[in-house]
Amino acid sequence: MFSGKGGIFLNSKKKGMTLVAKQRLAGWTFLTPATILIAIMSFYPMVRAFIVSLQTGAGANMRFAEPIFKNYQRILADKVFQQSIVNTFLYLLIQVPIMLVLAILLAQLLNNKDLKFRGFFRTCVFLPCATSLVSYSLIFRSMFATDGLVNSILIKLGILETGYNFLGNSASAKIVIILALIWRWTGYNMVFYLAGLQNIEYSVYEAAKIDGANGWKTFWKITVPLLKPTIIMTFIMSINGTLQLFDESVNLTKGGPANSTITMSHYVYNTCFINVPNFGYAAAMSFLIFIMVAILAFINLKVGDTRD
Amino acid sequence: MKKRIFTALLTGAMVVSMTGAMAVPVAAEGDNKLTVWAWDQNFNIKAMEIAGEQYAKDHEGFELEVIETSSDDCQTKLTTAANAGDYSTLPDIVLMQDNSFQKFLKTYPDAFTDVSDMGINWDDFGALKQSYSMVDDKHYGVPFDNGAVIGCYRTDILKEAGYTIEDLTDITWSRFKEIGMDVHEKTGKYLLTSEANGGDTMMMMIQSCGANFVDENGEPFIAGNETAAKCVELYTDLVKNNVVKLVNNWDEYISTITSGEAAGIVNGNWITATLMGTEDQKGLWEITTMPKVDDVETATNYANNGGSSWYITSNCQNVDLAKDFLASTFGSSTEFYDAILPATGAISCYLPAGESEVYNEPNEFFNGQPIFSTIVEYSSHIPEFTKTPFHYEARECVNTAVVNIVNGTAQEDALQEAQDTLAFKMTE
Repeated sequence: MFSGKGGIFLNSKKKGMTLVAKQRLAGWTFLTPATILIAIMSFYPMVRAFIVSLQTGAGANMRFAEPIFKNYQRILADKVFQQSIVNTFLYLLIQVPIMLVLAILLAQLLNNKDLKFRGFFRTCVFLPCATSLVSYSLIFRSMFATDGLVNSILIKLGILETGYNFLGNSASAKIVIILALIWRWTGYNMVFYLAGLQNIEYSVYEAAKIDGANGWKTFWKITVPLLKPTIIMTFIMSINGTLQLFDESVNLTKGGPANSTITMSHYVYNTCFINVPNFGYAAAMSFLIFIMVAILAFINLKVGDTRD
Repeated sequence: MKKRIFTALLTGAMVVSMTGAMAVPVAAEGDNKLTVWAWDQNFNIKAMEIAGEQYAKDHEGFELEVIETSSDDCQTKLTTAANAGDYSTLPDIVLMQDNSFQKFLKTYPDAFTDVSDMGINWDDFGALKQSYSMVDDKHYGVPFDNGAVIGCYRTDILKEAGYTIEDLTDITWSRFKEIGMDVHEKTGKYLLTSEANGGDTMMMMIQSCGANFVDENGEPFIAGNETAAKCVELYTDLVKNNVVKLVNNWDEYISTITSGEAAGIVNGNWITATLMGTEDQKGLWEITTMPKVDDVETATNYANNGGSSWYITSNCQNVDLAKDFLASTFGSSTEFYDAILPATGAISCYLPAGESEVYNEPNEFFNGQPIFSTIVEYSSHIPEFTKTPFHYEARECVNTAVVNIVNGTAQEDALQEAQDTLAFKMTE
């Protein structure tokens, strides 16, 4: 709306501003504060981070690396970081589809006009999102401890004889993280779907019903296509969020056992604050994560774009 | 118009309060106030406050402000400030873990003040303790609490299995394993608990031999290091034979103690504070030396784990005051150490303090043992070893290797991988 053709208002004098020019001016005025803030708080650090990623040296005495992309080459030789990439993508590939399917099903259920206590159920599903990332990670950690709630229940039911060390075993530790993520984020995505569903005219469904479409068909032929923009948005947000996963890895498993659950961001953090600080290398890794997110989001947009 | 002025004032107030929140007040020239970052209300902070009160008695107008900052936060804040090249947010004095200091001094040499000339007899502190805060024969920190490693055992559980504390005194790890297997068989309890990810047991074992996972030049020395191989072998053997319970984090570590699942703990003596929190186990615990590594010539029954020292930052505007304050309290006053022991349980590294009567008092929790003087005695036997700024990296690599070996990787391969990973982390 405000893009391009700024010429009109540049050429016109203030007195003789047309209505369009006045509207444009108002638009720019409203946009400016946010734009400036984004530029200072987001874009400037990004540029700085890129410059830092070309530098090397421990601590405060950073100098430009020789060759200039040395930190990026280092990534190729870093087995722990490669492991963290594999871990993160594993979370992404398993958790995001399960979560989004669950979210869409829940949204569909809770959108039912005849359902009683709809508000109550919606709140219940959304409530996990109100918990802080750290505290819910800690709760999951204690639930899945060897003498925690889950083990106690399994023992009481006679399924296990002694407590199973969920977090001490690499496969089960990954599963616990995925479960935790699903619990925490399904409700969040459901809210977007609910909003999307409310924008679909009820008459469309009625028409489908009259035409004899069953629930399954209605879902695939009407709900999903009309929800497509929302689905793409939640996909991008989930991919972005999962690639930057940090709190769960730090608080639930500390990245262990033997780095089998460490995420990329967790490793970046360790490089800066736990190990001997190497901010140049950490910035290079962060940039790689940024590029991954950008590429995946781009693919996502392209796939979802149905315009000819 | 009035409204506008009000808005302007409000905005102004917000800006002022925001900038005010960012700047930490530090001592200005001639000012009589010092700020300190430290963690643990009942331990470090309390000791520092007592020091402040004592110093204020002879120095009118002296003020001390202790800002509670967790150990991790101290490190993160220091790193952030130093990396930005802006030390102005740092306090005058900061408490730091002994294991991290070498890393900070290597990375940010400008952030700390050389205190070699502060006029205290450095040899009143154990040689090992001094070496944590020294680089190139210069002193940067005033040693504080003692990290001498002790073995704590539940005598009631030992008795059930037919052992006494004497059977665990000055033994080797292989003997420890025999007893541990027996104890587990008879009682179902574990003779040792250890953290799988951030655990220090491997570090204590190798350092008790006067060695480390790096050589004298600071290069990684894990593969082909016979002492390291022996330690890893003994330790993984303990895990496989149900002598050690590997836990995932500190909460679980503590809960093995409180639930009575652990018959023993080997750790820095600060763990006694945690043990004493379990009132129902009063009188059941006793302490002795840690086991020593078999077949290594330099092996001892003594090591150090944890402990911390006070450092003066380069942001301190009144270095003389800070030096004098630390020197006349932590650096030379047995009176001060006598005062903090009952109040905090902080055992000093100041050797003259150990001769004081307060240190010889029997401790009811530990069945009447005079644990304080015993611990001070242990700390004089701890062998020195080569420090490395890459302490946490080395620990992580070795712990990863241990988990992999327990899960079936050949020891040689796992140690080679640890060596390679550590070497990689040491390059820029």
